[in-house]
Amino acid sequence: MSGTFVGMPAFPKAAHDALGNATLRGNLRHATHTIRAKRARAVAELDDWAALREAGRRIKDHTLRHLDRYLVQLEESVTAAGGTVHWAADADEANRIVAELVKATGESEVVKVKSMATQEIGLNEALLEEGIHAYETDLAELIVQLGEDRPSHILVPAIHRNRREIRDIFRSQMGEWGRPAPEDLTDAPAELAEAARLHLREKFLRARVGISGANFMVAETGTLVVVESEGNGRMCLTLPETLISVVGIEKIVPTWRDLEVFLQTLPRSSTAERMNPYTSMWTGTTDGDGPRTFHLVLLDNGRTDTLADQVGRQALRCIRCSACLNVCPVYERAGGHAYGSVYPGPIGAILSPQLRGTASEIDASLPYASSLCGACYEVCPVAIDIPEVLVHLRERVVEGGPAVRQGNKVMLRPAKGHAAERAAMRAARWAFTRPAALRSGQRLASRTRRLHPRTLPGPGRAWSGTRDLPAVPAEPFRDWWQRTRGGKDGTK
Amino acid sequence: MSSRERILGRVRRALADVTPDERPYAEAVPRDYLREHGARTTEQTVELLAGNLADYRAIVHRSDAEELPYLVMRLLNQHGSQEVLVPPGLPPEWMSAADPVRIHDRAVSTAQRLDQVDSVVTGCAVAIAETGTIVLDGSPDQGRRRISLIPDHHICVVRVPDQVVSSVPQALERLDPARPLTWISGPSATSDIELDRVEGVHGPRTLEVVLLS
Ligand code: SF4
Repeated sequence: MSGTFVGMPAFPKAAHDALGNATLRGNLRHATHTIRAKRARAVAELDDWAALREAGRRIKDHTLRHLDRYLVQLEESVTAAGGTVHWAADADEANRIVAELVKATGESEVVKVKSMATQEIGLNEALLEEGIHAYETDLAELIVQLGEDRPSHILVPAIHRNRREIRDIFRSQMGEWGRPAPEDLTDAPAELAEAARLHLREKFLRARVGISGANFMVAETGTLVVVESEGNGRMCLTLPETLISVVGIEKIVPTWRDLEVFLQTLPRSSTAERMNPYTSMWTGTTDGDGPRTFHLVLLDNGRTDTLADQVGRQALRCIRCSACLNVCPVYERAGGHAYGSVYPGPIGAILSPQLRGTASEIDASLPYASSLCGACYEVCPVAIDIPEVLVHLRERVVEGGPAVRQGNKVMLRPAKGHAAERAAMRAARWAFTRPAALRSGQRLASRTRRLHPRTLPGPGRAWSGTRDLPAVPAEPFRDWWQRTRGGKDGTK
Repeated sequence: MSSRERILGRVRRALADVTPDERPYAEAVPRDYLREHGARTTEQTVELLAGNLADYRAIVHRSDAEELPYLVMRLLNQHGSQEVLVPPGLPPEWMSAADPVRIHDRAVSTAQRLDQVDSVVTGCAVAIAETGTIVLDGSPDQGRRRISLIPDHHICVVRVPDQVVSSVPQALERLDPARPLTWISGPSATSDIELDRVEGVHGPRTLEVVLLS
């Protein structure tokens, strides 16, 4: 992962600052509670939800287990359909590939549809260094980009901004980038959306290069899928002459039919809709319809390192629905920025330290940004046992041990006595010793169960029928926790 | 070593602990979920489609073959359309009563030109009742993807009951992945501003679906 947010304060510091921001807290609370209730209704409509969730988990696990085979198959089918496949081992390589592809078109502007992968690698910044302007076209991303801000939610990246702030940003910034906002713009959401429509339409109509990610890639057919709401995705995917999609290698599903699972679980888990307004699917290029040139950049950037971790690899099942953010009591209070990465919330707490390693204070503290209440696991449409991975990563931070970094086996040193340990300890204290409010809704039984990874009936175990979970002693973490809290905690 | 070899090598090393699963894929993943939710008559399925379309703010009309040209005429007039985009294979009789100038989409039509057109009329490939979704696959009566995207008003004709399925799994069975597909569930929308749903950002702000029987 690139150092998109290097220099971020560790989780407890950032969370503490966020707590002092009343706007942020109010917005987050309203937002997460609204989506939470809607999601529950959307899920309740399907009486086979548990079976869909299990199928989703198994499809993803099967794919990961044979990822080499499916990557090669995908490459073949995309190539056969007229696309070109590139492989990027890390962020720098992906950025270099994309910059060269854009330069080859002679363009200095690209339109982008929201993509976690391109945020993760810091693509916009890298392109800018090459003199290429990347315009974000998702309304929330536009708000973030115009406000020179960072996203704070996977699905609603500008969730920390209220309508008045958005109006002010549009009024003062749109003119700098293109068509200005109307003089008399009010803060009515419909007017703000209209201003964005006009501002961006100008860019869509003249764009010659589009950049996207993808929610799914089908190995068997070479089809890519983008799920969206606003139509900016359709614009970016169909109007430009050249389309470049940057996609993490874990986004593969084996067969066309597999989409029947995820196209049911993803919209209901993310926007809590039966179906999102627009889904685009394309297979290579089509004569006379859409881009004439299609490039797929397959991104590793820490994913194979994550795959090497027997407990942590389940994080690669994630379909980025953001349901886990919306139920997380820690996220609700800390806000997305506190996680110091494009992946906030519970999934960020297990993904970032794996993609980036736990060397920095922020990454070492992330596994502690949780009260282990288990709500994230329950809503996850691919059944990622986030608490199990959190506990595992805590062990890793405290104890050190073998891991894989950039494809190489390394021996991590224990964080003991280092700044990372102190950051982690503060995060733990932050999460564990919040007043009762933070713990409300927690089920004590599940919390204590999850402190003992070996007793977990987690999906990690089913990963391979022939393998036991690694023996992770519960002792060291608890010892460590009691020792540090007992020794240093003066807040209680 | 190329990055391709490097990544594939890393994947293989990462999976060293895993025993390969040599079962055929069909057996490796249990699919205990339903092919469709609930039992309905054909008529009820069409009803459900109409209800779910409307729930996501599409405007739903019903018509028969005889009445369709007049309905299309009325809808275009109500929208105040001067020009209407027509895909190459749209049944001519659908448009036989319409007043606005018909713009036939050509490969040379620029996006800027399409942006001046008020409305577009298309058919569809399949419609999904449980989710209120219509799917376009670029067939001659639907045209290029951009023509149902740029104009602000989209009239989509669904032949019922033939083109209606109950569920997402049934829809995927009917669709050809080699074609460019656009799944549409209501007009474009955003909830990015304080989670208030606003209809219409970049796609057509008005979606009218005609159920043609
Ligand atoms: S971890 Fe699960 S719930 Fe969270 S974003 Fe990923 S898929 Fe959704």
